[in-house]
Amino acid sequence: MQNLAIQVKGLQKSYEQLHVLKGVDFEVKPGSIFALLGSNGAGKTTIVKILTTLLKQDSGAATVNGFDVTSKPDHVRQSISLTGQFAAVDEILTGWENLIMVAKLRHLEKPRQVADDLLNRFGLIGAADRRASTYSGGMRRRLDLAMSLVGRPQLIFLDEPTTGLDPEARIEVWKIVRELADRGTTVFLTTQHLEEAEHLADRIAILHEGRIIANGTLAELKMVLPPSKVAYVEKQPTLEEIFLAIVGKKEER
Amino acid sequence: MEATEMHFFSDLSVMLGRSMRHIFRSMDTIITVTLMPIAFMLLFVYVFGGAIQTGTDNYVNYLLPGILLIAIASGTSYTAYRLYVDLQGGIFERFHSMPIARSTVLWGHVLTSLVSNGISVVVIIFVALIMGFRSSAGVLPWLAVTGILALFTLALTWIAVIAGLSAKSVDGVSAFSYPIIFLPFISSAFVPTESMPPIVRAFAENQPVTSIVAAIRSLLAGQPVGDEIWIALAWCLGILIVAYVFAMRIYKRKIV
Repeated sequence: MQNLAIQVKGLQKSYEQLHVLKGVDFEVKPGSIFALLGSNGAGKTTIVKILTTLLKQDSGAATVNGFDVTSKPDHVRQSISLTGQFAAVDEILTGWENLIMVAKLRHLEKPRQVADDLLNRFGLIGAADRRASTYSGGMRRRLDLAMSLVGRPQLIFLDEPTTGLDPEARIEVWKIVRELADRGTTVFLTTQHLEEAEHLADRIAILHEGRIIANGTLAELKMVLPPSKVAYVEKQPTLEEIFLAIVGKKEER
Repeated sequence: MEATEMHFFSDLSVMLGRSMRHIFRSMDTIITVTLMPIAFMLLFVYVFGGAIQTGTDNYVNYLLPGILLIAIASGTSYTAYRLYVDLQGGIFERFHSMPIARSTVLWGHVLTSLVSNGISVVVIIFVALIMGFRSSAGVLPWLAVTGILALFTLALTWIAVIAGLSAKSVDGVSAFSYPIIFLPFISSAFVPTESMPPIVRAFAENQPVTSIVAAIRSLLAGQPVGDEIWIALAWCLGILIVAYVFAMRIYKRKIV
């Protein structure tokens, strides 16, 4: 229990008529990058919200860094950070003020130093005194990520971190995510971009119709694919093909 | 008590500092909540005022309370707007996933509303003084006026919280304030109700603004206040309690 970053068992959640999660199970090892893949509306954000104590599950259990999300939400919040789908920065404050605000809310000793360090690390020092509303999409995302790193949480949730970013900014975010994992931070990432999971994740779980239908390393997932056909050009199956193959099989039953 | 509630006051001051910055950096807000009521006051005193018979020789004294209520009503509509923007932008969720005293996310906006409306009220009274407003009231009546205005602000702020939490669009979010801004015009705030047709007069005399305006006017004039102050307080407290209960119910549904 203690040495898992996330443990989820039998998680269920409905919104009125809609049964979004129908019993979700998975585990995330500390220091790894875990990608939760699924199409729009599959329930990825619902899982993130439950794990970050923004939403209560109907049934099932979830522990984050060893703390139960329902009975110990304060402990969970202490050890995590959330970067949601929309850059959660204060547009009217400057980049520097945004970081100071988060540092103060995390009750850190030296908010100014923390802010300066992160601005440096994320290449935002030149824009430190500009309002976040003047930032480009990529800069805003960088500030958003920097705000999530204030106080060095052990586990970071990134809900579709590259949605709406141009390719260049996307590559930048990928670099940051890898650096995070190198420093020992656990990263829980959701994405619709199969390529993104392929690039970043140690483990990939596919969420479809409220259940995890596949969970493993990229190599493991590729083995689920039907035997390859003889063709003139040999092409490695992409994760997209794996996904569609698995989804198709499930629906046949 | 949860451990994070220990940080209530330090978290609250961060939230207050944040939204006060929002106000001071928004020319639009400053114009609407302070300059517009002042413009109304100039208009009524120097344009319409000569034609309005109130039975007093100092019309600034007569209309100031109504102007203050208009300023507060338009001020609280920005509270709704700021809350709405927080919810849409995702910073609301960021705050709620952090180890902070969660209630400060709402209370920060409420306190900001009190402080910022307090500032605009002081500015407007200062301008009124230049325009000839005079009061013979002592410290106690002034305290009573402050109390009534603070209660009125709180009542409207909690209505604003409901609007901010439940609005579906930016356009809808401040719609609640328009009828409230309009209410003083159908009251005794600018003209005596005696000149109005019977139905309008009946409405004007029994709506909250008339009793609040009358109470403030008597207090500032150093006159003895009658029942109107109790009616005014009852309105403010009643609205405040109902709005608070509804706002908290909506808030609890939004967040676990």
